[in-house]
Amino acid sequence: MTEEQNRIDRRFAKLRSEGRKALVTYIVAGDGGLENTVDLMHQLVASGSDLIELGVPFSDPMAEGPVIQKGHERALEHKASLRKCLALVKEFRGKDADTPVILMGYYNPIEKMGGEVFADGLKEAGADGALTVDLPAEEAGPLNGLLSARNLRNIFLLTPTTSDARIKQITELASGFVYYVSLKGVTGAGHLDLDSVRENLARIRRHTELPLCVGFGIKDGASAKAVSADGDGAVVGSVLVSAVGESADGTEAKDRIGALVAEMRTALDS
Amino acid sequence: MSKPASPIDYGAYPDARGHFGEFGGRFVSETLISALDELQEMYQRLKNDPEFQAAFDYDLAHYVGRPSPLYLAERLTAEAGGAKIWLKREDLNHTGAHKVNNTVGQALLAKHSGKGRVIAETGAGQHGVATATVAARLGLKCAVYMGAEDVKRQSPNVYRMKLLGAEVIPVESGSKTLKDAMNEAMRDWVTNVDDTFYIIGTVAGPHPYPQLVRDFNSVIGREARRQSQEQFGQLPDALVACVGGGSNAIGLFHPFLGDESVKMYGVEAGGDGLETGRHAAPLNDGVPGVLHGNRTYLMEDEDGQIIETHSVSAGLDYPGVGPEHAWLHDIGRVEYVTANDDEALTAFRTLTRAEGIIPALESSHAVAYGLKLAATMRPDQNIVVNLSGRGDKDIFTVAAIDGIEV
Repeated sequence: MTEEQNRIDRRFAKLRSEGRKALVTYIVAGDGGLENTVDLMHQLVASGSDLIELGVPFSDPMAEGPVIQKGHERALEHKASLRKCLALVKEFRGKDADTPVILMGYYNPIEKMGGEVFADGLKEAGADGALTVDLPAEEAGPLNGLLSARNLRNIFLLTPTTSDARIKQITELASGFVYYVSLKGVTGAGHLDLDSVRENLARIRRHTELPLCVGFGIKDGASAKAVSADGDGAVVGSVLVSAVGESADGTEAKDRIGALVAEMRTALDS
Repeated sequence: MSKPASPIDYGAYPDARGHFGEFGGRFVSETLISALDELQEMYQRLKNDPEFQAAFDYDLAHYVGRPSPLYLAERLTAEAGGAKIWLKREDLNHTGAHKVNNTVGQALLAKHSGKGRVIAETGAGQHGVATATVAARLGLKCAVYMGAEDVKRQSPNVYRMKLLGAEVIPVESGSKTLKDAMNEAMRDWVTNVDDTFYIIGTVAGPHPYPQLVRDFNSVIGREARRQSQEQFGQLPDALVACVGGGSNAIGLFHPFLGDESVKMYGVEAGGDGLETGRHAAPLNDGVPGVLHGNRTYLMEDEDGQIIETHSVSAGLDYPGVGPEHAWLHDIGRVEYVTANDDEALTAFRTLTRAEGIIPALESSHAVAYGLKLAATMRPDQNIVVNLSGRGDKDIFTVAAIDGIEV
């Protein structure tokens, strides 16, 4: 890529120069109340998150396990939407100019908004990219063009079932970083196989220089550290969404996700 | 939109990437792509393999009981007072609906794949029963996902599946109906993709499902075409079928698509009426979007969230529709209309009393529109109505509406 760097590139370059791993954190926008989301995002950063994946709630989140499904349902009860997610990012940017934020969600709300409006919206809000779970490389071309024209990153998933030929095809479209899904399953599943993660990261590494972050099945500092040993970072979602769901109010949610992220940060830096 | 000038080669659709015009495709998470590639490769190979086709034909003849009759419903015709109404009797198939045509075909694919477990989603329970049936026959493990709402509405089919050895898993998420069952089946498939074959029950989902489910159900239209020529010496003037996901409709329509003289009507569930918003008619009152792996017409809100649908019939209670129907709608080849709950219930009773045939509530939508259409046509014209399933499973629903405890 010859284009200018964006926050994601700068953050990974900085981490690399410091010899540290990235901690990528996921919460669902509007979960726990729309009025609390920006506070939760700032808390993630204060406790050591390097990059925020803000989940855009969808009525039919096909790739999510029960924990994140419930997070989507709660967020929809709070009337969260793609439009409101963009507004939340903009509000977050008011106090944080540096931490990269990507929107992670499903394609239908984007299709409804229109790809161009979505890409403009990301740019205008100060978001740095998007990860669209159900938009595989074959269908991603148009959105990819709209994002890269605005110096926004398009993050793709790679999985244990992705063939070498597809890894090549996908990494040619991917930018920012690559999200390696550590297992066959939905988010929040429990059967992490570290040998398989190591082998697959090595396989992916042959095709791309992009940072590789590993997600699905990461529950604490120890598992975050273990999966990121051969990659550039760990993605954690379900444990945070679960903590938000169990909290009585915004303050409790902040305290709980703060403690979880801090523990993972310490483990990653140890 | 108007019909294109040059004749369309309907057999050439979908394209290699599963598109019917702007519809269809493959919108799934990356984990499933390799399984879909594998399925597509296997299907492309087997669909032209005479041995596979012979095995499929054998099962349709000797296990399903095909061909199903094309029956002239004389008293129903008299009731409408117009064109002759012929019923394509898919209700007489083993398990009581057209769904088994597809599950027999996909079971053969599952056997070839060597995977020892099949899963399915079901709405009314017909596809679940048809899947549990073929799984029992082949000794495959079987899990069926069914919305918790539908488990309540369709208890006879739930018990039938259990008798057949299937595990029925009630789905409590979202609206607790067919769409949520499909989400959950997809999640199961992502998790168990190495040893599990997903038998999708309708012409939706990611490529190649809309194609292969259509192909397996096209036996309906091929037979109807031949039977029409044998029994009334010409092609029908019109075809009528109900459309939820649309597998029975596409099965009837597809072999006739190139016959310009044959008009086609897909009947969506009008629920309480299109004007109330409480219905399941995305082609009449929806917009294009992406759900369950394909682009098609959907019922959604202004933020692109899928909304809850309503129909008296569980099998039509789905916010999307097969992508080929979306395309046939846009190019104007098929006209998509609606029948409301009350019209379907009236047709249910009319057919039962006039012909001694109790239709499924899904199929009753087609009967309702068929009666209306026949009345506008001449007595020398012929309509084929797809009687996609029998109504035994629905007698409790109808009794409850009548205030009777069975």
